[in-house]
Amino acid sequence: MANTSSFSSSPSTKFSFDEKPHVLAVDDNLIDRKVIERLFINSTCKVTTAENGKRALEYLGLADGQHPNHNDLKVNLIITDYSMPGMTGYELLKRIKESPTMKEIPVVVVSSENIPTRINQCMQGGAQEFLLKPLQLSDATKLRCHIKKPLQGGFAGEDDHA
Amino acid sequence: MDRKQLQYQVACMRKSLFDQGYLDEQFNQLEDLQDEANPNFVEEVVTLFYSDSARFIHNIEQAMINKPNIDYGKLDDYMHQFKGSSSSFGAKKVKKECSQFRECCSAGNIEGCIKTFRQLKLEHATLKRKLETYFQLVKQAGIAERR
Repeated sequence: MANTSSFSSSPSTKFSFDEKPHVLAVDDNLIDRKVIERLFINSTCKVTTAENGKRALEYLGLADGQHPNHNDLKVNLIITDYSMPGMTGYELLKRIKESPTMKEIPVVVVSSENIPTRINQCMQGGAQEFLLKPLQLSDATKLRCHIKKPLQGGFAGEDDHA
Repeated sequence: MDRKQLQYQVACMRKSLFDQGYLDEQFNQLEDLQDEANPNFVEEVVTLFYSDSARFIHNIEQAMINKPNIDYGKLDDYMHQFKGSSSSFGAKKVKKECSQFRECCSAGNIEGCIKTFRQLKLEHATLKRKLETYFQLVKQAGIAERR
């Protein structure tokens, strides 16, 4: 569609340093959602939480049967737990990276378990970073700096989508 | 009691919770997130944990009743969640019992699971009492501060 390419570049052209970055945090654990939310709010971000991969995809407009609607949606970072019922954080990562419109959003995977094969799998799958739980304020601050850096890829008018 | 005395009591209680191994660094991390706009964040997290964990405890108990056909995978899943939650607010002893339980699970050791679970519930209840006292003290000291 002719409009898709302008939508895909709009997240970065609308991004201004005065606006708070918007973080989508995905975790099936209630306590962790609450803690991650506060960590990022304290790092001056806006936070939306989702309790599983399916809900996250619905929010992003990537669920089966949905038509992507990016008029209002601006997400600057997705942070997801690895171990979730239904869809793992890795599977969510893959779905996001497969999306022509959402693939540029950095995705960070977090886990309470330090398993090298798991870490490699996520990094190979396009994760920005893999962090161990429990998260601390320094993690959120560090991640926020990632958001501030200019995103790589074909933005600022470059038309890299059909 | 005046503000200084109350604050001193809070500091003492806090120190002993750490020294006795009930809490770890993660609790500090969460307290550091508190500010004037959100002065009770840690208490909110702890309250949420205790209302949530009642469900876990019930589920785990139910899963252990069916003695000849224990679903260790399910038990481990529940405990993984429980451990994650405890770890997120620094509940050190509770977290340790969760790890112990998971070890018994992977060994298929139901007697070990039962024993560890008993200990876990004890630690869980003890921490609740201690934190309730702590938060009460914190509030009292805070009120004294505002006068």
